[in-house]
Amino acid sequence: MSSLTEALAPSTLRRGASRTAAKITLDVVFSAVLFVGTIVGVVALATLIWTIVDNGWARLAADPIAFLSNYVSRLPARSGIKAALVGSTYLMVLTALFCFPVGVGAAIYLEEFAPRNRVTNFVEANIANLAGVPSVVYGLLGLGIFARFFRMGPSLLAGALTLAVMSLPVIIVAAREAIRAVPESIRLGAYALGATKWQAVRRQVLPAALPGTLTGTILALSRAIGETAPLLVIGLPVVIFTLPNDLRDPVSALPLLIFNWTSRPQAAFAEAAAAASIVLLALLLAMNAVAIFLRNRYTIRW
Amino acid sequence: MATTPPELSIARRRARTGERLIVNALFVCAVLSVAVTVGIIAVLLVDTVEFFRESSLLKFLTGTVWAPGRGAGEGGRYGVLPLVNGTLLIGLGSLVVGLPLGLLTAIYMSEYASSRVRNVLKPTLEILAGIPTVVIGFFALQFITPTLLRPIFGADQVFIFNAASGSIAVGLMILPIIASISEDAMRAVPASLREAAFGLGSTRRQVSLRVVVPAALSGIAASVILGLSRAVGETMAVTIAAGNSPKMTLNFFESIQTLTASIAQTVGGEVASGTPRYNALFAVGMTLFLMTLVMNLISARIVRRYRQVYS
Repeated sequence: MSSLTEALAPSTLRRGASRTAAKITLDVVFSAVLFVGTIVGVVALATLIWTIVDNGWARLAADPIAFLSNYVSRLPARSGIKAALVGSTYLMVLTALFCFPVGVGAAIYLEEFAPRNRVTNFVEANIANLAGVPSVVYGLLGLGIFARFFRMGPSLLAGALTLAVMSLPVIIVAAREAIRAVPESIRLGAYALGATKWQAVRRQVLPAALPGTLTGTILALSRAIGETAPLLVIGLPVVIFTLPNDLRDPVSALPLLIFNWTSRPQAAFAEAAAAASIVLLALLLAMNAVAIFLRNRYTIRW
Repeated sequence: MATTPPELSIARRRARTGERLIVNALFVCAVLSVAVTVGIIAVLLVDTVEFFRESSLLKFLTGTVWAPGRGAGEGGRYGVLPLVNGTLLIGLGSLVVGLPLGLLTAIYMSEYASSRVRNVLKPTLEILAGIPTVVIGFFALQFITPTLLRPIFGADQVFIFNAASGSIAVGLMILPIIASISEDAMRAVPASLREAAFGLGSTRRQVSLRVVVPAALSGIAASVILGLSRAVGETMAVTIAAGNSPKMTLNFFESIQTLTASIAQTVGGEVASGTPRYNALFAVGMTLFLMTLVMNLISARIVRRYRQVYS
């Protein structure tokens, strides 16, 4: 009885009410903090894009054709990204050629054919570790093995192999996800009709997993294109006045050029770096748009 | 992983000719990944051993001066501590920026935001994650230092290249990692836990902070370690923003040099194979590799333990 009168006493009710008021204030403050915390990231991104565009648009819009078709020069006003842009494109195509078959092949094996034993676990753990290795270390791999040991030098081949090796874990993970998303009933249906394991994989699972795999590959490649460190370590040149004709030819790359120009003290080179960044971001945007388009258009919803 | 064990599978048992070959080829593809790891370890090990044949391991691990010296780098001082100092400054500084922002974003997306807001926020975070690191470095040099740090802290206090700018830049880079992995961890918390708390009269704040975050803590911890690992391995943004002055310091407004930046600086000039300067690259690379390997293993361990709780 006394506890009830205590509970309903005006002083207790007042204390409870102010505790509730404090609670509500805390709620409002917390919501505000959450909102601000989230907004900071968005604002940072917007500021970043604005900084790039503000610094580089004038340079790019003044004479885009010249910017895209000139080679580099001592004079910032005459420097262009031709060698770098073409180099990046070649690197991307060659990297895709190397890592797509190997990555998808590894994914198929791990998802469809690998027995559950220690070897498989080891391979899977290994791939997970590779995904976390810093890109400079891949550059050191490229330098020590491809450029020096195999004597490829700072060439298109060495660069593409290094980027391919770096993108391999990402593609394997993406392809495995896509293959795993195909329902077991599809495979069982194929088996019921007399198919062998490989026939089921080749005719049913792979075509169904293709859109997801392609999306993942394009995203992995777009990340590889933006990478500077591996190519820097291999020693790909920034100052180059020819386009590559052969796998052994040296090749430049857009991020390398941006790094070089950013490191120069002259303000005009900073503008050029920003303009080149706009081109790089546009390229990445295009690749991501293609990947998302593929995903939305061709992914089968089971 | 094949979900039906082979002995229960109804696939046609006798494979057609050539299918053995195909499966073997696929196996080779998978094993190639192991070859990559072996390659990395081999290339790092060989030149690291070569390096320690000429320079002392003890001086490397305890020396506080990193001065590779001219040309081939003979007679240089190779104490790695300044570089580790720089890397840790950037790593911890980026966590100071990325962890609160990432966590707040994750809580907001997971507990508060409507699906419309989420559908805008998630792609925004992915875009932020996809920005090339050179571009972020440019942003640090052209905006963070001149327009943010120097006006606030004074142009005489803040160097042009400074660790704070690098920390903010890398913090922005790991924000999406921490946010998305933490959010996944929070979403995995069963609704019943939240509903029980709501049923007892909790506000959304109390549910988020007292129920969801503690339940998702191991996933959040894993995301933090992964973010730190990424920050440690980051090269271009720190090289551009934080500079190339290896020193032992705790002052975030000075320029420093990280392990990664020292590699970038050395390869910027011509380096001949077999010289101490060249071999030092791989010694630093080995240090970096081991650091990130340990961090990634710890993170994976935490994730494994967290998966068990809900299955």
